[in-house]
Amino acid sequence: MTTLPIDNTLNVDESPDVRAPLILGHETFGSVTAEICRVNEAAKPPRAWYIAMAMSVTLLGALGMMVGYLIVTGVGVWGNNNPAMWGFPIVNFVFWVGIGHAGTLISAILFLFRQKWRTSINRFAEAMTIFAVICAGLFPGIHIGRVWLAYWLFPIPNQMDMWPQFRSPLLWDVFAVGTYFTVSLLFWYVGLIPDIATLRDRSTTKVKAFCYGLFSLGWRGSMRHWHRYERAYLLLAALATPLVLSVHSVVSFDFAVAQLPGWHTTIFPPYFVAGAIFSGFAMVLTLAIPARELWGLKNFITVRHLENMAKIILLTGSMVGYAYGMEFFIAWYSGELYESFAFVNRAFGQYAWAYWIMVSCNVITPQIFWFKFCRRNIWVLFIASLFVNVGMWFERFVIAITSLTQDFLPSSWGLYEPTWVDFVTFLGSFGLFMTLFLLFIRFLPVLAIAEIKGIMPAADPHAHDHGEEAHE
Amino acid sequence: MSTAPKPETTMNAKVTPTSKAAWGLAAVFTTPATIMHAAKATRARGYKWFDCHTPFPVHGLDWAMGVNYTILPIMVFCGGFTGLCLAIFLQTFTNSFELDLWAIVPVVGYQFEVSGKPLISTPAFVPVAFELTVLFSALTTVFGMLALNKLPCLYHPVLKSTKLKRITDDRFVLVIEACDPEYAKEDTAEFLRSLDPESIVELEA
Repeated sequence: MTTLPIDNTLNVDESPDVRAPLILGHETFGSVTAEICRVNEAAKPPRAWYIAMAMSVTLLGALGMMVGYLIVTGVGVWGNNNPAMWGFPIVNFVFWVGIGHAGTLISAILFLFRQKWRTSINRFAEAMTIFAVICAGLFPGIHIGRVWLAYWLFPIPNQMDMWPQFRSPLLWDVFAVGTYFTVSLLFWYVGLIPDIATLRDRSTTKVKAFCYGLFSLGWRGSMRHWHRYERAYLLLAALATPLVLSVHSVVSFDFAVAQLPGWHTTIFPPYFVAGAIFSGFAMVLTLAIPARELWGLKNFITVRHLENMAKIILLTGSMVGYAYGMEFFIAWYSGELYESFAFVNRAFGQYAWAYWIMVSCNVITPQIFWFKFCRRNIWVLFIASLFVNVGMWFERFVIAITSLTQDFLPSSWGLYEPTWVDFVTFLGSFGLFMTLFLLFIRFLPVLAIAEIKGIMPAADPHAHDHGEEAHE
Repeated sequence: MSTAPKPETTMNAKVTPTSKAAWGLAAVFTTPATIMHAAKATRARGYKWFDCHTPFPVHGLDWAMGVNYTILPIMVFCGGFTGLCLAIFLQTFTNSFELDLWAIVPVVGYQFEVSGKPLISTPAFVPVAFELTVLFSALTTVFGMLALNKLPCLYHPVLKSTKLKRITDDRFVLVIEACDPEYAKEDTAEFLRSLDPESIVELEA
């Protein structure tokens, strides 16, 4: 068999008998450590980091002011009204929870499927997940109106002897999102421990050594520890896999368990999960493409990695498109007057503009990834990922608003118009998200250093071990 | 095998070291293959109180060292089962029965009668039961793993040594502790030298 040369500049050429390298340009473990730690150890981050941070903190401040204004004034500052009780806050909640799905998918499901390419992207996809879920958690919290009573969401003994109602999907959501956040955080932190220890051992100042030392918990790379660590990581992956599928299913129950036409459908859980993974991967691309340029991580996040993500976006985008079509088909096939009206109203009613933005961004845009050129061109990938983000926000807007504003009884129909407070709060949530993300890039290892070393060819302990086999 | 002392409790080892100053000897290797060979040789030589420190989990090294399979999965199952039971109790207590637990804790259950649904609405109780099972399993996994590894560990001779800083970077270190019954400073050093390491470091307690 002949071996074709692999083009190492792009890492995209296929050869059936040679496994393409997962990372490029690194022969030794030491150079991997040095290159990844450089992001955190540089005296100053790139100028773009300061600009992005300034913008993010400004938006975060705006978010703080809007939440303050809301609390002292009341939910009347929003556009929410009587038929449309769920306006921007719930749309934003579902949008952010959806984005939070890619991280755990990459860390758990791709881990179980032994997709080793995930090691280059899992760390910051997990970070993105956690920050997106924080943004998501904010919105139901402020949507309840009297935020000082937010503890009513939890089954806490109180002087009224009252308990939450466990037959309500809204309460399932509290548990689903709470569990998801906790498990994602644990997963992320467990992965971080050995890498924080690396930063600790390389730190040059006492403050850094102390902080990294504290959070690395005294990790010393003992193989007896690694044994349990690997087992724990596998268990977490196995636990997070059904969890990641359950969370957006439960979110979809918020809609599907209600009686409203356009919401009360059994397709919702799988359709929401596919949409969540779709939007999550788009957000990973949106963040990864600038990050790999700015911090020189192209050897780790190669074009092959981006191409793989584009393929997942194509797959899940097609699933979402299929679900849109199937919803229409069932609305017609069921012969149900209200259901049929709800869907005709979506496509041709007063919010038709939102519906067609959604279709063009979510159904048409990902189809460009059938073409190799589009999957490998950085600019095409970046712009398409932005379109998908926009489209997925509009999907939630369409679902929530069209069904609420025009349901069964024409006399109770209404219109929903968001106010400037709605818009600034939504933009402000991006400030929260980006501030956390930029801090993460600056202070924590952006790539899973130990895991990347583990997938290098040099990591094979049998490389020079002739005859004798390790006891399995 | 089961009666052998667990080479785990290095921190609390009561055995007096053969040498007062040394806590153990560390041999530094540069590749996974060499540490694998060294671990097998050390185990074959009869050492029990030894450990390998590596920047990433070297595949098969734990078995080569003779590490016993961890009990973590059993702990996780117990944790998950606790979560499931707690979720069922929580939901039926707060929504299905007017059970008075004032004698034990100051809470009273409540019968939620909502739109004629059964008091014990099994399908509606499934999502929360699932979530709490996963939550308790995951918490047990992480904190169980840390507890079994005796982490957080704020002090350790291996961490103290300035010469072993590259354990988390690109070096593979085999440490034989002085409390091992087979340990004799000169013999052990001689044995480690025979493994052809990059360097040998004496560790202070």
